[in-house]
Amino acid sequence: MMEIGLNHYLVLSTILFAIGLLGIMRRRNLLMLFFATEILLNSVNIAFAAISHFYGDLSGQMFAFFVIAIAASEVAVGLGLLVVWFKRSGSIDLETLKSMRG
Amino acid sequence: MEMYLYIALFAPLAGSLFAALFSASPKTLIAGIVPSALLFVSFLSSLVLLVYVMGGETVHVEMMTWMATGDLYIPYGFLVDQVSATMMMVVTIVSTIVHIYSIGYMDHDKSFNRFFAWLSAFVFSMMILVMSDNFAGLFIGWEGVGLCSWALIGFWYHKESATWAANEAFIMNRIADLGMLIGIFLIYWNTGSLQYDKVFAAMSHVDIAIVSTIGIFLFIGAMGKSAQFPLHTWLADAMEGPTPVSALIHAATMVTAGVYLVVRANPIYDLIPDVGYFIACLGAFVAMFAASMALVNRDMKRIIAYSTLSQLGYMFVAAGLGAYWVALFHLMAHAFFKALLFLGAGNVMHAMNDELDPFKMGGLRHTMKGTFIMMTLASVALAGIFPLAGFFSKDLILEVAFIENHYILYTVLLLTAGMTAFYSFRLVALIFHGEERYKLFGFHPHEAYKYMLIAMSPLALLAVIAGAFKMTYFEMVTKVLPMTEYHVHNPIVYWIMTIGTQLFVIACILYAYRKYEVAKEDKKMEENIGYKILWNQYYIPHFYEEYISKPYRELSRIFWKDIDMKVVDATVDMVANVFYKTGEKTRGMQDGNLSSMLQLMVVGLVAMLALAAVYSIATVLVAG
Repeated sequence: MMEIGLNHYLVLSTILFAIGLLGIMRRRNLLMLFFATEILLNSVNIAFAAISHFYGDLSGQMFAFFVIAIAASEVAVGLGLLVVWFKRSGSIDLETLKSMRG
Repeated sequence: MEMYLYIALFAPLAGSLFAALFSASPKTLIAGIVPSALLFVSFLSSLVLLVYVMGGETVHVEMMTWMATGDLYIPYGFLVDQVSATMMMVVTIVSTIVHIYSIGYMDHDKSFNRFFAWLSAFVFSMMILVMSDNFAGLFIGWEGVGLCSWALIGFWYHKESATWAANEAFIMNRIADLGMLIGIFLIYWNTGSLQYDKVFAAMSHVDIAIVSTIGIFLFIGAMGKSAQFPLHTWLADAMEGPTPVSALIHAATMVTAGVYLVVRANPIYDLIPDVGYFIACLGAFVAMFAASMALVNRDMKRIIAYSTLSQLGYMFVAAGLGAYWVALFHLMAHAFFKALLFLGAGNVMHAMNDELDPFKMGGLRHTMKGTFIMMTLASVALAGIFPLAGFFSKDLILEVAFIENHYILYTVLLLTAGMTAFYSFRLVALIFHGEERYKLFGFHPHEAYKYMLIAMSPLALLAVIAGAFKMTYFEMVTKVLPMTEYHVHNPIVYWIMTIGTQLFVIACILYAYRKYEVAKEDKKMEENIGYKILWNQYYIPHFYEEYISKPYRELSRIFWKDIDMKVVDATVDMVANVFYKTGEKTRGMQDGNLSSMLQLMVVGLVAMLALAAVYSIATVLVAG
């Protein structure tokens, strides 16, 4: 059985980041967009934690906590706005968010 | 004395500004009277100054600094010496008379006020030209008279021909003025000053080749202003302007500015007799050339204009041969009788409803006695019959040519004197004698206003007696000009020359009378090839049109259509179009859709990452 090393974590992180990026680009549903953002942030967290462990330096993991905190507050604000938007327009589809077009 | 100098200089300016106040309103008599009165004041001041400088004094003032930068120092300096006092007298006398005359002549013109504003502005510029104590001031006056001349030739600007003639005069003069400017630059470059006294003092230390160049370039300027060949065509066309303008600007004052320049710069020309000789040759050529064109012309004013050209040639002969005081003397005498001739022609034009062809006149001596007498007097003076002004001044030039052993010049000038007599009296005979042909054309001639004739009378008087001042004048101007007396030493030769010239001239006059007393169209003569050449002014205007104007127009068209439109404009348009099109094309990106924005953001991110990667690889490679 092969030992799981840093590279595996980094590959996982990259795959997750790519999935998140794809989600951001493709999804039309606002809620799904938030999920995609979460995936992006957490893929970075995995990388932070793995590299932190690899070097034996805790500051990476500390940073991951900061990211979790910021992600939580972002979701709190974002979901609040989403609810307001749903009440106003009855839809959370991105296509309805076009009032600022050039 | 300074006060008189300032009055003489600035009174015309005051008159001009006063008339300019009314320039947009219909005829206001006061706009004519005030400038005339101010010019009379200017004349009186000039007279005081003349009497003062006759005593050997000069007045030199520096009103204020004009330019002081580095080594360059040019003040508004004015100098009244014997030469400029002479010029001031000529200018103020003729212009005062022309102003008063114009009150009558322009009586029915709706731009009466504007006319006086420009006319007085001209006199002011001319005064600056003759009174300045440095070349820069002279140049300002030089350009000022050019500008006023342009405005006055094109005074009736609704006439196509008038505006054309005005532009022609202006452009021709620009060509020459470039030469003059180069001359002035060279002077400053080599002597470090533009003040006459300093320049002339420093000239003897300058390399003779450079002095020649300066002399040539200054003379190019003089050629333009004084309409010497090949820049002469504008003068005849300038006759489109009102006749008083022709009398003042294109006979008595402005066109003589070139002669004045050569006379003023005499220390320069004394160093370069070869250039002087060239000037004399050109002058003699122009004298004959212009006189020959006057022989056949059928336009009263053009005949007189050619005559002016021819007389300017005489002046340049004298100036070129170093007889500066003779040139100035002929300038003065010529100003009087030529202005008189023009004003007389103005009277005739008025009487004939602006008809200019003398073949349609005839017999006017009955209805226009005053004009007839004055024009005859002026013509006699022009022909150089004893004892009128022309005799003293013109014969003197002939004597100068003779004494300096330039017999070819002498012969040319002698023949020209005969031609002068012929065309002058051809004109007089056609206008005033013979049958009253004008009746056929339904004209009702009438004499001009009495005050116009009275205004002209001082000129008539001067045309008669100016010769008597020869010795007084000689003693005065030779205080600044080289003192060379011209006497034919052998009395027999002298008398043969003088009497011979007189007889020749009188014979020409009689011939003109005989031929044109009865004005019949001489078809056989008009078929003659020589006549045709003269009639078409040696085809020079035609040549200019064909070989300068047309190619230039074609060149301009190419530059406009092919270079400006297709290269310059296209480049500028392309720059604008690139931005415009880019905006048009990329504007779709701002569709307000969050999703597409996010996609673009990702594209940007990838691009940046790629750049960073390329950069880091490149760094590694370079370092490795």
